Amino acid sequence: MPLDKKQFLQAYRTMRTIRDFEYRVSDEFGKGNIPGFLHLYAGQEAIATGMCMNLDDDDYIVSTHRGHGHCIAKGGDVGDMMKEIMAKQGGSCAGKGGSMHIAAVEKGMLGANAIVGGGPPLIVGAALSAKTLGTDRVGVSFTGDGGSNQGTTFEAMNLAVVLQLPAIFLFENNGYGEGTAAGYAVGSRDIASRAAAFGMPALKVDGADIFAVYDTCKKAVKHCRGGKGPIAIEASITRFRGHFEGDAQAYRGADEVKRLMKEMDCLTIAGAQAIRKKLATRAQLNAIDRDVAAYIDESAKAALAAPGPDVSELLTDVYSSAY
Amino acid sequence: MPIKTYRQAINEAMAQEMRRDSTVIVIGEDVAGGAGCAGERDAYGGVMGVTKGLFPEFGESRVIDTPITESAIMGAAAGAAQTGLRPIAELMFMDFLGVCFDQIYNQAAKFRYMFGGKAQCPMVVRTMAGAGLRGGAQHSQNLTQMVTMVPGLKVVCPTNAYDAKGLLVSAIRDNDCVIFVEDKFLYDTSCEVPDELYTIPFGEANFLREGSDVTIVGISNTVHKAVAVADRLAAEGISCDVIDPRTTSPLDEEAIIESVETTGRLVVVDEMTPRCGIAADISSIVAEKAFGALRAPIRKVTAAHSPIPFAPALEDAWMPQESDIEAAVRSVLEYRR
Ligand SMILES: Cc1ncc(C[n+]2csc(CCOP(=O)(O)OP(=O)(O)O)c2C)c(N)n1
Ligand SMILES: [Mg+2]
Repeated sequence: MPLDKKQFLQAYRTMRTIRDFEYRVSDEFGKGNIPGFLHLYAGQEAIATGMCMNLDDDDYIVSTHRGHGHCIAKGGDVGDMMKEIMAKQGGSCAGKGGSMHIAAVEKGMLGANAIVGGGPPLIVGAALSAKTLGTDRVGVSFTGDGGSNQGTTFEAMNLAVVLQLPAIFLFENNGYGEGTAAGYAVGSRDIASRAAAFGMPALKVDGADIFAVYDTCKKAVKHCRGGKGPIAIEASITRFRGHFEGDAQAYRGADEVKRLMKEMDCLTIAGAQAIRKKLATRAQLNAIDRDVAAYIDESAKAALAAPGPDVSELLTDVYSSAY
Repeated sequence: MPIKTYRQAINEAMAQEMRRDSTVIVIGEDVAGGAGCAGERDAYGGVMGVTKGLFPEFGESRVIDTPITESAIMGAAAGAAQTGLRPIAELMFMDFLGVCFDQIYNQAAKFRYMFGGKAQCPMVVRTMAGAGLRGGAQHSQNLTQMVTMVPGLKVVCPTNAYDAKGLLVSAIRDNDCVIFVEDKFLYDTSCEVPDELYTIPFGEANFLREGSDVTIVGISNTVHKAVAVADRLAAEGISCDVIDPRTTSPLDEEAIIESVETTGRLVVVDEMTPRCGIAADISSIVAEKAFGALRAPIRKVTAAHSPIPFAPALEDAWMPQESDIEAAVRSVLEYRR
């Protein structure tokens, strides 16, 4: 079943929430309110959204350094995330993780990861526990084109095939790993066919089209829940921002970003398609936009006003018990 | 003499050695940047711009951008080193050691010995370490202790631009695998650096301050904190020897022991977790070899035994600060049996 009216509005809201969240943290970063490094998901919203709408709260995902969107799509609390990124009390990770380790463990979002290729083996483990414990849960690893080249990713795919685990390897090919083109670094050029060579089906999808992403992910989840072993998806997309906030992006062509932001904006595409398919009206979409803007503003203000963690917490949670 | 930054000094050492010796190559992720892209080549020159300019001069056969593939980068460098090249392999953040450690400690470090002295591994792993930039648990660690413990590896931790150039030239010419640990905090610091090529031998400590009351040994950026403390205490009439070993393997044990024999007191500082670290190692050497000279228990000033937290206040509490060093110096001075 493709996205119906209600589902579409939910998808649109999630995508808009991610977009606004990212632009707000970019602003706050510019004002010096966010420490550390920031990698934003703006432009890629349809992928996390279309995947996670096919998952239940008790399914698992693992993410990358570019993890805010995955976390929001999996149901992470936006207010807590904002606090985490600003290193405040009440943050999702108690201020100990930050942007690159954003997580919502209670929602099955097992963590962003600052080690490229760190996630895929972990999702094999989550899929192994699902299979061993006899639940019908599935695990999804979000990995970039850059991360698709890492040895850990290859090993994880092979092990998932060998053990026939309910794991989805979702590759977000945004064309770049830092300042290196996927066309250079992915030797096979094609991430999907390389995944298929490990012995699993692999699908390809336009990552800017929420309808297509949703349908493709639905097939993948059905495959895994049906006990048919792992599956891979390659979603092609672009990055609206630099690799990190502050990246001058001299490696990108003149006007490239501007052009792609016009041609590949999942929100614009989704809005136009939905209106055409009579799934939503412009007024409904505008109302969601206003709603989300207010919600993000409120979350940011609450985070700005929150105190930082207490220094006494430095040595808590290193171990499970007194040490 | 011209003033150069730590970043420039490291860049110049590589460029001059590459001109001198055509077997020297640079390999790593975005060491040039822009590979396969529509925009500029050499767009990064490494994420901190340290290798910038090498690609335009030496081209893609000697300045090699790789996929994200640390294990293969280190293994390829080791294999190339065994077969006629002198690779400088970049490990962007020292935290990524986990991804590729086998190729370094089981392979590169052991060729010579395992193969009865018939093989060699003249490679350099340039990497970047250090906390304080709010990089979180996986982008802030200094893992110098993990490489220092491996027989066969040499480990260099330059603390200023002059040393960085001379030590890197030595590292490139060395016939063993050298781990060259750059401190993120020092890239923009500068001092006088000669234009000519020169070398600084491994295993020779540098005395940054000379004094008679307390010996302070620091590693990487903590050396600068130690100097600041020593200068402040000098105003109170407390005089400190401040020693920068410059290389943790080999380690200039003699310099440290000689100093402790004069001062009778030792404070060792590093920005690593406390267990099995460099401070612990130096403490044990001094306890073993200069026990009779000690007038107070040795004090270690290290980071806390926890992953590195993201929140600034927590990270600052995690790291050794000048105030911690000062307190340690005072405590060894006040100690009475
Ligand atoms: C093991 C490891 N190597 C290198 C890095 C530095 N790094 C962080 S993100 C990144 C690029 C990742 O590219 P991709 O997987 O395509 O994800 P994207 O940034 O495009 O979302 C690199 C090289 C890292 N964090 N971890
Ligand atoms: Mg990418």
